[in-house]
Amino acid sequence: MRLDRGRLINRARPLRFTFDGVSMTGYAGDTLASALLANDIRLLGRSFKYHRPRGVMTAGSEEPNALVTVSPGQGQEPNVRATLLELYDGLKAESQNRWPSLNWDLLAINDFASPFLGAGFYYKTFMWPKAFWEKLYEPLIRRAAGLGALHGTSKDKSYEKANAFCDLLVIGGGPSGVMAALEAGRAGLDVILADEDVTLGGRLLSDEGEIDSSPAMQWLETVKAELNAMENVRIFNRTTVTGAYDNGTYGALERVGNHLADGPKGLVRECFWRIVSKRTILASGALERIIAFANNDRPGIMTAGALRSYINRYGAAPGRSYAIFGNNDSAFETARCLQSAGLHIAAYVDSRSDSTLQGDFPIFRGAVVSNTAGRGDLQSITLRHIGGEDKISSDVLAVSGGWNPTVHLSCHMNGRPQWDETTQSFLPQSGAIPGMVYAGAAAGHMSTAACLRSGSEIARKVISDLGAKAASLTLPQAEDTPYAIKPLWSVNTRKGMRAWVDFQNDVTVKDIEQSVLENYRSVEHMKRYTTQGMATDQGKNSNVTALAVLADVTGRGIPETGTTTYRPPFSPVSIAAMGSEGQGKGFAPERFGSTHQIMLERGAPLIEAGLWYRPSYFPQAGEKTWRQSCDREVLAVRHHVGVCDVSTLGKIDIKGPDAAKLLDFVYTNTFSTLPIGRVKYGLMLREDGYVMDDGTTARLSETHYLMTTTTAAASQVMGHLEFVHQCLHPEWDVSFNSVTEHWTQFAIAGPKARQLLSAVLDHPLKDADWAFMSCGAVSILGVKGRLFRISFSGELGFELAVPSRFGDSLFRILITKAEELGGCVYGLEALNVLRVEKGFITHAEIDGRVTVMDLGLQRMVSQKKDCIGKTASERPGLMDCERPRLIGLKTVGAVKQLTAGAHLFNEKDPVQSAYDQGFITSVAYSPVLERYHGLAFLKNAEERMGEKIRMVDHLRDIEALCEIIPPVAVDPKGERIRA
Amino acid sequence: MRVICPKCGERDLKEFYYQGDVLALGRPDPDADETLWNDYLHNRDNPSGVREDLWYHEAGCSAWIVVTRNTATHEILKTELATSRKTAEEGNA
Amino acid sequence: MKFSGFELLKQGLTGNTGWAPHWRRPKPKGAYDIVIIGGGGHGLATAYYLAKNHGLQNIAVLEKGYLGGGNIGRNTTIVRSNYMMPGNSEFYSHSLKLWEGMEQDLNFNTMMSQRGQIVLFHSDGQRDAAVRRANAMINRGDDAEILTTAEVRKHAPYLNFDSARFPIYGGILQRRAGTARHDAVAWGYARGADLRGVDLIQNCEVTGMDIENGRVQGVQTTQGPIKAKKVAMVTAGRSSQVAALAGMRLPIESHILQAFVSEGLKPVIHHVISFGMGHFYISQSDKGGLVFGGNLDYYASYAARGNLAMKEHVMEAAMALMPIIGQAKVLRSWGGIMDMSPDGSPIIDKTHIEGLYLNCGWCYGGFKAVPASGYGFAHLIATDNHHPTASGFRLDRFRTGYGLMDEEGTGSQHNLH
Repeated sequence: MRLDRGRLINRARPLRFTFDGVSMTGYAGDTLASALLANDIRLLGRSFKYHRPRGVMTAGSEEPNALVTVSPGQGQEPNVRATLLELYDGLKAESQNRWPSLNWDLLAINDFASPFLGAGFYYKTFMWPKAFWEKLYEPLIRRAAGLGALHGTSKDKSYEKANAFCDLLVIGGGPSGVMAALEAGRAGLDVILADEDVTLGGRLLSDEGEIDSSPAMQWLETVKAELNAMENVRIFNRTTVTGAYDNGTYGALERVGNHLADGPKGLVRECFWRIVSKRTILASGALERIIAFANNDRPGIMTAGALRSYINRYGAAPGRSYAIFGNNDSAFETARCLQSAGLHIAAYVDSRSDSTLQGDFPIFRGAVVSNTAGRGDLQSITLRHIGGEDKISSDVLAVSGGWNPTVHLSCHMNGRPQWDETTQSFLPQSGAIPGMVYAGAAAGHMSTAACLRSGSEIARKVISDLGAKAASLTLPQAEDTPYAIKPLWSVNTRKGMRAWVDFQNDVTVKDIEQSVLENYRSVEHMKRYTTQGMATDQGKNSNVTALAVLADVTGRGIPETGTTTYRPPFSPVSIAAMGSEGQGKGFAPERFGSTHQIMLERGAPLIEAGLWYRPSYFPQAGEKTWRQSCDREVLAVRHHVGVCDVSTLGKIDIKGPDAAKLLDFVYTNTFSTLPIGRVKYGLMLREDGYVMDDGTTARLSETHYLMTTTTAAASQVMGHLEFVHQCLHPEWDVSFNSVTEHWTQFAIAGPKARQLLSAVLDHPLKDADWAFMSCGAVSILGVKGRLFRISFSGELGFELAVPSRFGDSLFRILITKAEELGGCVYGLEALNVLRVEKGFITHAEIDGRVTVMDLGLQRMVSQKKDCIGKTASERPGLMDCERPRLIGLKTVGAVKQLTAGAHLFNEKDPVQSAYDQGFITSVAYSPVLERYHGLAFLKNAEERMGEKIRMVDHLRDIEALCEIIPPVAVDPKGERIRA
Repeated sequence: MRVICPKCGERDLKEFYYQGDVLALGRPDPDADETLWNDYLHNRDNPSGVREDLWYHEAGCSAWIVVTRNTATHEILKTELATSRKTAEEGNA
Repeated sequence: MKFSGFELLKQGLTGNTGWAPHWRRPKPKGAYDIVIIGGGGHGLATAYYLAKNHGLQNIAVLEKGYLGGGNIGRNTTIVRSNYMMPGNSEFYSHSLKLWEGMEQDLNFNTMMSQRGQIVLFHSDGQRDAAVRRANAMINRGDDAEILTTAEVRKHAPYLNFDSARFPIYGGILQRRAGTARHDAVAWGYARGADLRGVDLIQNCEVTGMDIENGRVQGVQTTQGPIKAKKVAMVTAGRSSQVAALAGMRLPIESHILQAFVSEGLKPVIHHVISFGMGHFYISQSDKGGLVFGGNLDYYASYAARGNLAMKEHVMEAAMALMPIIGQAKVLRSWGGIMDMSPDGSPIIDKTHIEGLYLNCGWCYGGFKAVPASGYGFAHLIATDNHHPTASGFRLDRFRTGYGLMDEEGTGSQHNLH
C-alpha cells in the first residue's frame, strides 16, 4: 500500500515495471523492493536450502532474501538486491531459485524434509553406491543449488575502471560522514565522500528527527549544497567502498548507468574505482540485527529500521497491522513512525521488563515473540510473557535485536573487531587499517547527535594530522538519547520449531546446537559446518547473532568465542567491473610491428608471439593449406632468397666502458675479445645453472654492443641485465636501453641474399665483403641502417635493420625485389622449418629445464671466467651424463610422421613411465629433405647415434619408428651459411 | 600496495617486479663452498616480520630497490636503491 | 558412529540429538610415540595413515588453531594429476587414486567430483608442451586427451572463441580430475584418525623443539611439554618458523595465493577450466559459487590477504576467457600462505636431526596432494624409508641438482613459480 508520504519518491514520475511478468507501477525514487511492497507484493524470493517463502528483511545492500534477476535474457544480471535496485521505466525483474513459480515452488518439499537436512547432512550420506554420487546425487544437488542464473552467452557490456587520489576518503554519507566531509572540506582538504546510496543522508533519509530544530532533511539539503559547491570535495553517490588494501588503497564500485532505463546512454554500467587516500574515515553506520525466534523468517518480518525506511522514505506500507519486537530503545522510533503514518500498531513487544517505552498502543514488557503463523507470509504472532502466550493478528513484524556497527572494512587487513558490552556489539579495532579512523555508528555512536559530534571530532583530528587547519564550525544540535539495549539473541523454541539465524542459507539455532554436539565448536568450524555467514550477505545480518548463540551453547563468552573474518568485497562486485580492462582484447597489450599493414594486405594469418602479432605464412593463389605455402616459402629461401620481419626479437643497446665486462659475466662465452664489427652467438644462464635465453650480440664499437634476445624473453633479459649491473656490479660503468621498437629488422636469407641486398644498399656488396658474423653500418636508399651477417636459416643470410619509420617502405621494396629473384616473403612457419632443419634451438628446446650440456653446447661455456649460473650449472645433478640430450630424429618405418610432445621408448620396452627415454620438442616437415625432421631430448644420446627408437604419441594416436640422428639435417658442415 | 621508488616517488605495486630476499646482493665467489651457494640460491630465513627484499621498478625507471618491509603487515619501512646499498657495503668492507 | 542415509533418517526422526562428536577433545598426554605438528589436511592425513596403514596409535596432532584451518580451509578445491616430472608424476597419480576411494575409506562424503579438467592452450608451442605432459600422464597410467578447438567448444561453449586476445587452440582434458569439498577432507581424515585413537589437540601451538645429541626428544607447547620419539613438521604456511625451532633454515619463501568465490549461480561451468595464458582457473561448486583463482601475489608475505592488483588481474583474465561470467559477482576473496619452494615442488623427507621429519613446500598445489602426502609421509615416519610414490621430494635436491622437479620450466630459484 502506498501512503501519502515518502520523502524520496517523485509521484510526478510514475514508472512501469514487471516482476515475474506481472506489470506494476512505482515511482522514481523507489527501489524494486519498495515498489513491490507498495503494490502489496510481499513474497519476493525463496531461501536456499528449504525454499521457504521470503520477503524483504532490510532496506539496503545487506539484504539476504529479496534477490532477483534483472533484464532476463542475454546479459541478464542475477542476484540483484531488490532493496538496492533503483526502479526505472521498463525494469523487468524475475524471482529466483524456484520452480515452477515463486508461489508454487516444488522444492518447498525440502522444508518438510528438514529434520533430515540439518547441519552437514550431506557429509554423512550420498556415498552408496559409490558411482551414484556423480551420476545421481550431485547433479540433483547442483540443479537445486545456486540462486540466480547467468544467461550463458555474453553480451557486450560497458564497464570501466578509474583511479582517484585524495587527502581524505570518507566512507559513508550518513550524519557522521557528512559532518566529517564538511569539516575536511572547509579545512581545504582534498576529500572524496563515497556513499552507497543514491543520495547523502544515511539513516536521516529514513528516520524522523530534527537537527538544529528543523527537520533533519532540511539540514541535510543545506549541507549537501555546501559540499556540492566545494571544489575540493568530490561526492561519489551510488558508490560502495568494497575493499581496504595496503597503503591507503581502496577499491570502490560505482553504479554509473545500470539504474537507468534502456541501459546506459554513453554511460558505462559500473565503474570500479581504485582510490588512494592519505587518510580514511570509516563512517559506514550500523546494520540492524534480527532476533532468532521460531518461524522468524516469514515475509512480513523485517528489521525495525527497514520498516521505517519503507514508510518514511518510500511511503510504502508493507501491511495493515503492525507489531514490533525489540530489545533496545531504537525500535521506539518505529512505533512513532507508524503512528505518525497513521498505521495500526497491534503490539509492541519489548523483551526488557524495565523498558521506558510509552505509547497509546498495546505494550508488552518483558515479553518475547515466540512464534509466528501464516500461510506463506505473516498473519499472526505468538507472544510469550509471564502470564503465558497470546496470539496476535499482525501482518508485519518489525524486529530489532540491536545494531551491529558496519566494521567490515576495518577487518580487511585481518583486524579483529572488539566486543563492547554497552552497545552489545563489535566495534572496529583501533589501528586495524593504517590511516583509517572510525566515526559515527560504525564506532558505536548510536544517536544522531553523537554521530554528528563524532564525525566532526574525528575529521578535526585528521585535519590536524595532515597539517591543515580546521575551520570554525558549530556542531549542529540533534537528538541525543542514550542507546539502551539488553541482549536477546534467541528466544527459546519448542521442540521441532526452527529459529533462523542465517536466512538465505537456512541456518537455524538448532543447526548451531548440532554443530556443537558434533564438536564443531570453534567459530570457524561452526561457520563451515553449518554454512552460517556464507550466503550472499556474508553474515552481515546474522554472524553476530550466530556467534552469540554459539557462545551460549558452548558456555563461553562472546569475546572468547571470537569472530570469523570479514573479507573483501564488502558487498559483491561484478566480475565485469573489476575485470573491465580484460574485456574484448584488453587482457594484454597488442603489439604490432611497423610492417603490420603489409601482413594484412598479403592475407597472412597472424599469430600471437608474446604480445606481438606475427605472420604465420603468406598464402598465394591456389594454395589450399598452410603447408603448401610454408613449403614454398622454405624452398624459396633454400633456392633463391626470402625476406622475413624479425623485429620482435628483443634488442638491447649496451653502452659504456664496462659493457664488455658485463657481457662476459652474463653470457657463458666471452664477448670482451669480440672484435668491433663482429657478431657472436651467446648463451645466457639463470643463476640456477639452466639456460635462460640465447641470441646474438654485435660489437658496434669499443664501448657499444647490441644484444638480441628471443621475442619471449626480451623483458626478462632486460631486468636481468639491470639486476646484474645494479645489484652485483654497480661499479661497472655500463647502461642499457631497450631499442626493440626503434629498429625494424629483416632477415634476408638464401643463395641470392647478396643480390637482393645489393639492390637496396647504396654501396653494392662484393662477395668478400661482410664475412660470416660481421656487422656494421650501411646506407639503404639513403637511410642509415645496420647490417648483420647472421642467419637463423642456415643459408647465406643477413639481417638488415633500419629505423622503424622506414620499416614498411623497405619491406615492400625487399619483397618486390625478392620476388623478382624468384624468392618471396616468409612467415613464422617457414622460419621454424628452416631452423629445425638446421637443429637451431628456440624456447621449445630451452624450456627452462635445460642445461648447456643437454644442448650439447658445453664448449660454449668459457672455462677462463665466471658467469651467472656457472657454479650452479656444475652441480652434479646438472652434469649427470644420464640427462637427456638434444638429438635429431627421422622416421624409418611405415609411419612417416613425427609429432612434438611425443615420448621416446626403446623398441621392445613397454610404453610406461619407467621406460621413458625422452621426448620430442620440435617437428617440421622439411620440403628439402622430403621428410619430417624432429628435435628431441634423449637419455644417453651420444652412444646411441644411428640407433632406432620408438616415438609414441597417445594423444595423436601415432607411433613411429625413428632413427637417432644429429640435430642438424641440412648442410651439416655449414658451407651455405658461410658462403 | 604502494612502493616508494627512491627515484620516482610513491608508485603503485603494479609497476614493480619482486625478486626476493636481499641476500641476492651478496653473490658468493664462484668457487665458494657449496653450502654457501645453496644458502644463496635456496635457503631462506623467510621471517614473518621485518625483512629486506629486492624489487625492480620494471614499468618505471628500471631501478632495483631494497625494500625493508614487514611481511606480516605489509608495512613498508624503508626503500633505498640497490646501488647505494651495494656501494655502502663495498665501502664498509 | 557410522554415517549412512539410515543414520540420517534415524537421527532426523529423533530430533537430531543423538549425533556423536566427530572427534574427541583430549588433553595432551605427557608423551607420544609420534607428534605431528600441524592439524591441516596433510597433518591429519598423515595421522590417519599412520594409524590405518601402520597400526600406530600413540600419536598426537598438535594444531595451534582449529583443525583444518590452514590451506585446506582456503583453497580452490581442485584435484588433478597433470604432472610429468619424475617424482611428481607417480606421486600425484597415486594421490588421485586415493581420492577416488576416499569417501568409502573415510565414511565421510568429501564430495569428490570427477568433473574433468580442461587446460587450454593458446599457441602451437603451448600445444606441444601440453601434449608432452599429457603423454607423460598416459605413460604412467592416468587419463588425458587432447581436444581441438571445436571439441573444447562442445565441452565449454561459453568460452570466448571469437574475439579472444589469446585464441583457444585446444585443450587437454583429464576426465578423472575434478573438485572436492575441501573442509570435508580435513574433517574426514580427522574423524578417521580420532576413531583410530589419535589425539587431535587444538589450540596447542608448538613453541620449542627439544633436541639432544642430534636427536629429537619432544616439543614445548602452549599446553606444556610433550615428549615424543618422532616429531613430524607439517605446517605449510609456517614451515620456516617451525623448522627454525629446530635450528633449520628451509628452501621456502612464503607467498600469498588469492582465491575468489562468486555468489551462488545455477550450473553454468561444468569442468575445471584452466586458462593457459593468464594464470586463471575456475570451477563451480556444488553450492553454485564460481570458485576461481590466479597467480601468486608476487612478494613474500604472511598477511593472509591479497592485494588489489592481483584481484584485478584475475578478473581481467576471467573477462578475457569467459565474458559470460561478467554479470556474476565476486562474493568473497581470501589469501592463503603458500610454502613456495625453489622448483615449485614439495619436500617430504627426513632431516639431519634424528627423529625429525619434514613435510612442506606444497606451493599452490597442496590440496590435491593431501591423500598421497599423508600416505607417503606416514610411510616415511613409520618405516624410515621413502614410499615409492613419494621418494622424489628430497630436501637436498637443490644442493645436488638431482631430481629437480620444475614442472613449469621457470627455474629452480625462488620467486619463479
